[in-house]
Parts: sequence; C-alpha cells; structure tokens
Amino acid sequence: MSSEQRPILSVRDLKTYFFLDEGTVKAVDGVSFDVYPGQVVGIVGESGCGKSVTVRSVLRIVEKPGRIVAGEIFFRPRKGNGRLLEGSQDGYVDLARLDAQGREMRAIRGAEIALIPQEPMAAFSPVHTIGDQIMETILLHQAVNEEEARRLGIERLREVGIPNPEQRMEAYSWELSGGLRQRAMIAMALSCHPTLLIADEPTTAIDVTTQAQVLNLLRSLQQQHNMSIIFITHDLGVIAQIAEYVLVMYLGRLMETGPVVDIFHHPLHPYTRALLKSIPSVYTRSRTFLPTIEGSIPHPFNRPPGCPFHPRCSQFTAGICDQKTPLLQPVNEQQSVSCFLYHRRAEED
Amino acid sequence: MKHTTRDERTLLEVKHLKKHFPIRKGFLRRLVGQVKAVDGVSFYINEGETLGLVGESGCGKTTTARCILRALDPTAGQILFRTASGQVVDLATLPENELRPLRREMQMIFQDPFASLNPRMNLLDIVGEPLLVIEGIKSRKERAERVAEILRLVGLRPEYMQRFPHAFSGGQRQRIVIARALALHPRLVVADEPVSALDVSVQAQVLNLMMELQQRLNLTYLFVAHDLSVVKHICNRVAVMYVGKLVETAPTDELFYHPKHPYTEALMSAVPVADPRIRSAMIPLEGDVPSPANPPPGCYFHPRCRYAVDICSQEAPNLEEIEDNHFVACHRAHELKLRGIGG
Ligand SMILES: Nc1ncnc2c1ncn2[C@@H]1O[C@H](COP(=O)(O)OP(=O)(O)OP(=O)(O)O)[C@@H](O)[C@H]1O
Ligand SMILES: Nc1ncnc2c1ncn2[C@@H]1O[C@H](COP(=O)(O)OP(=O)(O)OP(=O)(O)O)[C@@H](O)[C@H]1O
Ligand SMILES: [Mg+2]
Ligand SMILES: [Mg+2]
Repeated sequence: MSSEQRPILSVRDLKTYFFLDEGTVKAVDGVSFDVYPGQVVGIVGESGCGKSVTVRSVLRIVEKPGRIVAGEIFFRPRKGNGRLLEGSQDGYVDLARLDAQGREMRAIRGAEIALIPQEPMAAFSPVHTIGDQIMETILLHQAVNEEEARRLGIERLREVGIPNPEQRMEAYSWELSGGLRQRAMIAMALSCHPTLLIADEPTTAIDVTTQAQVLNLLRSLQQQHNMSIIFITHDLGVIAQIAEYVLVMYLGRLMETGPVVDIFHHPLHPYTRALLKSIPSVYTRSRTFLPTIEGSIPHPFNRPPGCPFHPRCSQFTAGICDQKTPLLQPVNEQQSVSCFLYHRRAEED
Repeated sequence: MKHTTRDERTLLEVKHLKKHFPIRKGFLRRLVGQVKAVDGVSFYINEGETLGLVGESGCGKTTTARCILRALDPTAGQILFRTASGQVVDLATLPENELRPLRREMQMIFQDPFASLNPRMNLLDIVGEPLLVIEGIKSRKERAERVAEILRLVGLRPEYMQRFPHAFSGGQRQRIVIARALALHPRLVVADEPVSALDVSVQAQVLNLMMELQQRLNLTYLFVAHDLSVVKHICNRVAVMYVGKLVETAPTDELFYHPKHPYTEALMSAVPVADPRIRSAMIPLEGDVPSPANPPPGCYFHPRCRYAVDICSQEAPNLEEIEDNHFVACHRAHELKLRGIGG
C-alpha cells in the first residue's frame, strides 16, 4: 500500500477521563477514527460532548485531573523525524504511550501537529511581538539561525495574506484587527509546516466576512501542502464547505461517521438527524419553529446506561437501547453508525 | 411637542440617531477626536414585528440598542416610541422622571446568560425583583404567584423558584433572563445577541421560545446579532449597519435574496452554504473595516467596494426608500444588479 492511502493519524478506542472528587467524567469514552493525508475531518456535536478533549488528547495537552486511560493514538511522523520511530515497524508512533512533557512529544507538538485554539487572544502573549513569538516556535523546531527564522516568519505571515509582513512582525497581537489576529494565529500554527493541523472552533467568534477569509485560506493551504486538518465547529455551513469526512459525537462517543455528503443528505443516526434539523441555516424558511432535540444533555456524572442518546431519542426501543451500548459499525460502504436500528453489535460487559 | 411616526402600527421609530464618544488623550484628558459609534441611524419597527440589526463587530449595534433604552444618552436624533396609552414620545430627550414609568414597557435581553444573573439571588428574587421595584408588589406571596406564572410561560418549572442560577444549564439560564425581561409585560424587547453564547440545540429552543412568546404576547423585538442564519430565521425585516450607519433595510427574504447594497451582497456571498454538494466561493471582503474615529470621506464602504465610482469617495449617500419598504444608501442602487444568497 502506498503511504498516501495509509492514515496519518489513527485513533483507536481512546478513553480520556477526568477524576474529580465528585466522580469521574468520561469525557472521551471509546472513540476511534482515522485521518488521511490531505483530508479535512470535521467534528460536530453539542457542547460538552468531548470534541476538545479528543483533540487535546491527540496533542497530549489534557490538563489534570484528566488523563488518557485507554486506547492508542497512532501518528505517522515525517520521514526525517527518524529518532521518534525507534522500535516502530510500520512508521507509526503511539502518542498515548509517550511522555506528554518528553522530548519526543515536544518534537511533534507544534511542529508536526499544530493547534489553532478557539481564542486567538489567549494564544498570543501580549508582551511579545508577533514576530518574536513566531520566531521562537521556528527556532524551537528547526535547525536555523535567527536571521533565517525571521525570514521564515515573514514568509509565513505573507503566506496567510497579511499585508506588510515585515512591519507586522514588530506588532503586538492586540494591535491587530480580529481578522489579522486570526491570520497571525494561523501563521504561527503553520510556522513549521505541520502535516496535521487541528482547528478548534477557529471561526466561531468572528464575522462572516473574516470567516470566509480564514476558510478560503485553510482550503488553499491544505491543497498546497497536502496538509490534513481536524476541524471542530458547530456551524453546519462551515462543515459543509470545508470537511470531507465528518464525525458526530455525543457524550464522549461517536454516533455516526461518514463522508460529508452522506452525513448531510443521508444521515442515519437519530441524533445526527435531530442535530442537523435543529440548526437554522439561511436556506431554511424564515419564522418557522425549529425542530429541537428533546430534553437536555445529561450531567456528565449521570450518564445513562445503554446508548447514551436513548433518553432523548425519538426512535428508542425499551429493553434494548437502555440495556446495551451499541458499537460504531459500518452499515454501508461509506457510513458507520452506533445505533440498534441498523445493527445488533453491542459492547460486551 | 407632538410627534408623529411612519404610521399607526409603528411602535418605535428612530430618526437620525447619533452617539459620539469623545476620545481624550494625555494628562489633561484633552479632547482629540470623536468615535462616531452611531452616526445618523434611522429605522422603524411595527408592533408585533421583529427587526434584525446586523453588521460586523464594532459597527455600532450595541450602542444603538443601549441608546434606545436610554442606557446611554444619544448625542443627537429622535427615538419615537408609541406608549401603551397611544401617545408618541421622544425617548431621546425625555427627562428621567418621565422616562421611569415607560421603562417597564421596554426591556433588554443580554448576550451572556451567565454574566447577567446575580449568582446570590434565587429565581423568585431574580424574576420577582422588577415586580417589587417597579410595580411595587410588596406581598411576597403575590410576587411568587406572578413569578410562577412567568416561569411556566418560558418553560421552567415553578418548583425551581428557590434555586440559584448555578443550578441551571445555559439554555435554562437564558430562559430565566427572558422570564425576568417579561415580568412586567413589556411591549418592546431589545435582545442583544441573545443566543450567541448558547449551544446549537439550546439555541433552537430559545429561538422557538422567543417566537412563541411574541405570538402570544404580541411582543415587538429589536434583535441584534451577527449570525446571519439566526437573523434570517427569526426576523421579519433586517437592517444592515456599517461603521455607524445603516446601509440597507428590507423585509428579510427581500434582503437575503435581492440585496441592493454592495456591502449586503458581500455579507451574503461570505455565508458558507450548508450543502456540501455546492462548494461556494465564499467571496471574502478585502481590506479592513475603517475606524469609526477616522472614517473615509464619501460613502464609508467605498474603499472596499468593487462597484465604487468617483462620486462614492466624494459624497455620502442618503438612505432612500427605493422600493416599498426597501431602504438603501448607495449612489448606484438603481443601476446595480446584485446577487443574494444562492445567487
Ligand atoms: N479540566 C477539566 N476538568 C473536568 N472536566 C472537564 C475538564 N475539561 C473538560 N471536562 C469535561 O469533559 C467533557 C468534554 O468537554 P469538551 O471540552 O471536550 O467538550 P466540547 O465538545 O469541546 O464542548 P464545547 O462545544 O462546549 O467546546 C465535559 O463534560 C467537560 O465538562
Ligand atoms: N463607552 C465607549 N467609549 C468609547 N468608544 C466606545 C464605547 N462603547 C463603544 N465604543 C466604540 O463604538 C463602536 C461601536 O461599538 P458597539 O459595541 O456598539 O459595536 P457592536 O456592533 O455591538 O459590536 P460587536 O458585534 O462586537 O458587539 C466601537 O468602535 C467601539 O469601540
Ligand atoms: Mg470545545
Ligand atoms: Mg455588541
């Protein structure tokens, strides 16, 4: 098999829990998915369903009292990063086994896998210039001198469409407009040409016009560099426009996965159907009542037994859905669903 | 002085509203300029209707909303309001003692349901406070009855009355905020980004609730938001703001499908289409929003406008009614053929 057809990231049965005095929050509870080179994978789901914790687990930046309790996170580093691969047969390292603070993980984080966090203001330090911060990242990961790092930094700023990048290197983040700051954030994330970019709601707080700039930019960078992207958002329009493959999450588990066209035009899981209908779009008829999902998300300490969605599900079958937890299973050539309407495979225990 | 509004159905009519903030510098706080946050805005809202106010961050939406409720004193302009007794008053110049009895007719819902509730007050006190302070209902029992009624109206159980805000989810908290705003049976509700902080599924519940209450209580909404899908969903008419000025006002579908101002067209073309089979161009708007302290000459949009001609940089266009109920401020409004969503 050529390396292009092998995933760059393969997450297997990942579980990340938070151990609090009041109880355990199973933030991510058995999640598996693959990301292929050049692919854009979108993650959708209601607040608190574990989207951020999933990607933070991949980056190994889950804060205490949280930790990965089970599963594997296979990542395929660049060829040059050979040292990472000692003992590996097939070119993958299991990030879940690495020391989160160790040398290997630091060589991957920021360089091979980069994050665009939700709040660009928080990502930049207010007391250092944009240029200093980008150069610092470059110097940390690349064997170049300061002059070369400056040249690369200016190049990155130019690449993301920031006018007068030489001047902007000297600017502080708070001196930039929202759109420029968002671009500088992307430039910093891209400073070492990561092979996997993780964008956690990068456009939620910005205006549509700026959002269009950011999405177009990400699209073109992804095509130029064959970069893979994991994109978290709750804007259906954004998912439709940028993602190729979609993961639908609920209470720490995947409910449905599939190509974006199938998820939008042929959703199978009752949760996916309900979620998609509840979100207004400029194409739905004005001033009609929106279908809503019954009830609310259970408190993380009171996870329902069986299928986590069953108390809110319109197609729930008593005696089955509240007893056993369905597994995510392929149900046609494209989609996988964890729902007993489509298969009988349940978790054993 | 007797005021008149557009017609008998008009509940609120804003005319040439301005709010300028002074910019002061240095030790002596010398006046060095003005932020023209709202700079000559005119629109009206009919009774029972929802008017959306949209525009990029910093264009003056919140400032406009706060002037209408006189949380800020306007620099100039009129804010005509038809009171319950049918009289038209100018809120912009009304002294505080004449304003106070009108305050119960106008209420505000803020963006953040977490910040706008006092964590040390229970539901009975939060929702009941305006009943005590403004309506003067001294009996706790009577207040509790009224609060129970309002809570039922917004879909919360009256049994929750003794609970504190932290015991509620985001959507429930926004219901509490709405309950408090409705306690005095207002006629005008100004909602500033009421669903922006809410999760998707909760957002749908709150939008439905707002529409349902509007029908039941004949409420009038000024709905401020930057999310165009939400605005398209809930509004009868929409006003588009750019750097302190209105550039276009029209009935919702008319505005989205047949915009007449190049800025509205730019907003529409930037909306990502929620259909993966149509990979739209998402045409971004080049350049930055000018600062309201130092706007360009002529039409404020001309430096970013693809249709700009000489006059656009020389003369500021007026907001003109070019079709029934369709207002545009553009020198070329009559000749341009613009594209709306899906166009
Ligand atoms: N530091 C933490 N301590 C305790 N619990 C946490 C912590 N971080 C996250 N959680 C819990 O883990 C669950 C998943 O949270 P996560 O942030 O991944 O949600 P999300 O899907 O990203 O939501 P949103 O859309 O609101 O960003 C939630 O129940 C959350 O309360
Ligand atoms: N108290 C104030 N003093 C000085 N300038 C102010 C003040 N309040 C607002 N402004 C300025 O007025 C302009 C309009 O601000 P406003 O908050 O009304 O915008 P907005 O459209 O509500 O934006 P957003 O979508 O970000 O909420 C901005 O340039 C803002 O910086
Ligand atoms: Mg998150
Ligand atoms: Mg505002």
